[in-house]
Amino acid sequence: MTSLRSHLKRGSVAGLATVGATALVLAGCGAPPEAGTNSTAGATDYTGCIVSDSGGFDDQSFNQSSYEGLKKAEADLGIKVNQVESKTNNDFEPNLRAMVTAGCDLTLTIGFLLGDSTKEQAAANPDSHFAIVDYQYDPAIANVKPIIYDTAQAAFLAGYLAAGTTKTGTVATFGGVKIPTVTIFMDGYADGVKYYNEQKGKDVKLLGWNKDAQDGSFTGDFEKQDVGKQLTQNFLDQGADIVMPVAGPVGKGAGAALKEAKAAGKDVKLIWVDSDGYLTAPDYKDIMLSSVMKTMGDAVEAVVKDDKEGNFSNTPYVGTLANEGVKLAPFHDLDSQVPAELKSELEQIEKDIVDGKLKVESKASPKA
Amino acid sequence: MSENHPKHAAGEHGRPDHKDPHHPSPAEEETAAVVSVDTAGGAMEPSAVPATAQSGQLPGGPDTLLRRIFTGSGMVSVLAVLLALIIGGLLIASTDKQVATTATYFFARPTDFLSAVWTAATRSYIALFQGSVFNPRGNSVAAQFAPFMETLTIATPLITAGLGVALAFRAGLFNIGAQGQIIVAGILAAWVGFALNLPLGLHLLLVLVAGIIGGALWGGLVGVLKARTGAHEVILTIMFNYIALYFLRYLLNTPAFQRPGESNPISPILDATAVYPQIFGSQYRLHLGFILAIGATVLVWWLLNRSTLGFEFRAVGANPKAAQTAGINVSRSTILVMAIAGGLAGMSGVAQVAGTEKVLTDGVAATYGFDAITVALLGRSTPWGTFAAGLLFGAFRAGAVQMQIQTGTPIDIVLVVQSLIVLFIAAPPLVRAVFGLNPRRKKPARAAKSRQAATTGGAA
Repeated sequence: MTSLRSHLKRGSVAGLATVGATALVLAGCGAPPEAGTNSTAGATDYTGCIVSDSGGFDDQSFNQSSYEGLKKAEADLGIKVNQVESKTNNDFEPNLRAMVTAGCDLTLTIGFLLGDSTKEQAAANPDSHFAIVDYQYDPAIANVKPIIYDTAQAAFLAGYLAAGTTKTGTVATFGGVKIPTVTIFMDGYADGVKYYNEQKGKDVKLLGWNKDAQDGSFTGDFEKQDVGKQLTQNFLDQGADIVMPVAGPVGKGAGAALKEAKAAGKDVKLIWVDSDGYLTAPDYKDIMLSSVMKTMGDAVEAVVKDDKEGNFSNTPYVGTLANEGVKLAPFHDLDSQVPAELKSELEQIEKDIVDGKLKVESKASPKA
Repeated sequence: MSENHPKHAAGEHGRPDHKDPHHPSPAEEETAAVVSVDTAGGAMEPSAVPATAQSGQLPGGPDTLLRRIFTGSGMVSVLAVLLALIIGGLLIASTDKQVATTATYFFARPTDFLSAVWTAATRSYIALFQGSVFNPRGNSVAAQFAPFMETLTIATPLITAGLGVALAFRAGLFNIGAQGQIIVAGILAAWVGFALNLPLGLHLLLVLVAGIIGGALWGGLVGVLKARTGAHEVILTIMFNYIALYFLRYLLNTPAFQRPGESNPISPILDATAVYPQIFGSQYRLHLGFILAIGATVLVWWLLNRSTLGFEFRAVGANPKAAQTAGINVSRSTILVMAIAGGLAGMSGVAQVAGTEKVLTDGVAATYGFDAITVALLGRSTPWGTFAAGLLFGAFRAGAVQMQIQTGTPIDIVLVVQSLIVLFIAAPPLVRAVFGLNPRRKKPARAAKSRQAATTGGAA
């Protein structure tokens, strides 16, 4: 037995090498395909195109989710997809021009930075359709459909949830850059905490954002995770136990700081944004209370579908709790830590917001 | 043995390998004196970026014209580009689906694999060419040449910022700060452009002046700090880049730099009177800034090769101590050269806000400030070399868009090719070795002789 084992051990290196080599050879030994079998499943001539901003399609944020929405439309609706990434702001205009020239039926642009270029190309090509994510024109442009989100509604729920779950009576948030698409999260979160305090006669404190002053804590960009970690550490030192980072990948810095605190015996929780963090940032599963989601992929697919069927309109698509364009993610592993009473209150608040009984307002809210 | 001795004692103490230096070109004869002072000094290290002296000084070998062309710096640049493109092509092929599929039956039908590799690489490069020089599928002559106009447009900020970096290189300063200089220039130029209301002509002129002054201040400040305190310009310029960027981000968060009624960090669009006119009408983006870039190239050429100031710059670049001894005010030169370099980079900032972008965002400088370093290196820090390198990189950038759309090749491949170019330029012997252009070894007799010389030199 032992001799066999040692034999196996000794032989294993050579054996592995042989297997490796064989695999390489075998990899090259497949049968060539028959000539002339060209399968083209071209079901439709409709082409949907997308131009990213400088974040690229792997930004774990709105570029990525919009892109995934378009890819989903490709699979579900059989459309053709053309994509181009912008590396710098300088690429926007040439990229957009190239897309229009390439015969795109609908060109999707991502973010306010592409606002001017999209407007220009839309004016120059009145027969082409455009859609822009996270930006709205005033006045509206005939052939551009804005895709925007009333994120404050879902963030309101998150704020209420945080205030109802905190053990220390202090919750926190911070942003990446002070732009409306970020501050709208923080406004909603602040209002949710405030609403909880009003309803319950409590005094849960919020760190990192002052809605009235429209000012708070920001990391300065969407890249430096260490700054996010430092900020979160500061919040923890000031007694916060739930943090909502609105900073894309920088949120991972917050996650890291919270994990360390948890390892040190503190009861801390994280609220993710944009996507369901339980799925997209699984490292922090065990502290992930919930996420404020923007379901951009679905919105993009819906807009493409409408346009393909000839139902294009320039009325903004506004993601709300009502159409599930924004929503609060499930509590997953931390479900047991949210009291049943709080859950039912959240359901009631959601219903009130959908019905219009409860108004959530932010300076950054989409203009009706 | 004894024959060699005095020669070493005279000029090359402790440095036997610097025997018979070839001066790279007649144009550099002016600096010859300074160079010889440098070697005579012995203890001094040559400046950090002896751009003019990096290559061409090959030991041994007959100095024929052909040999000079093939082993000289210009050829190395061209070969570096070629080599980078070949490797880039292989990378494109390696990510190609067709190549991957055909690789699975490589042994059954190898031609499929090879042709797939060839197709993948050439298809991308053809798209790159069509997107940057000439598109035969355009439906009019104007459309066919549109890619070339785009190349010139993108090259404009690269050329001016590249000239700034190159000029500082020549003065021995490693200017990493073009990025920050572009940003500060962009801030001032954009502000003048959208906040002031001035008549046509005057407005644009003021935008240009504001931009150049902004860049010159930001660069000149580095020069002052270096000259007065001895702080290293690499550290200074890198830090100044950050300061400029964060200052810009701060400004974009203040209402003065935002559009009325919006809180996105994007400035109002510049007035129509403040933007560069388009040279060939609105069908192309090419703007007046390109003409100014040509002018700047001529100016830098004149400055470096025909003016006293330029001679001082180069002398300081070759050896600051020797220059000082020769009566050149090194501090003044350092400040001036950084200010002029900043001003040139400032022209890029103006080209951005008044030429293509027409607004100020925190991405106003794109990556031009850093690409400019590559451009200057590829151009061997000569004005026209930088100009040509700027055009090449402009072509890469313009073509990359088309390449991405037509073939799905990621735009990053262009970045990889750019980086490879830098890598190869930094290692001329490697490039020469790849193409078999390294000078043949010295004859055994001579080699032995120089070995002897080395030992004796060391002993002395």
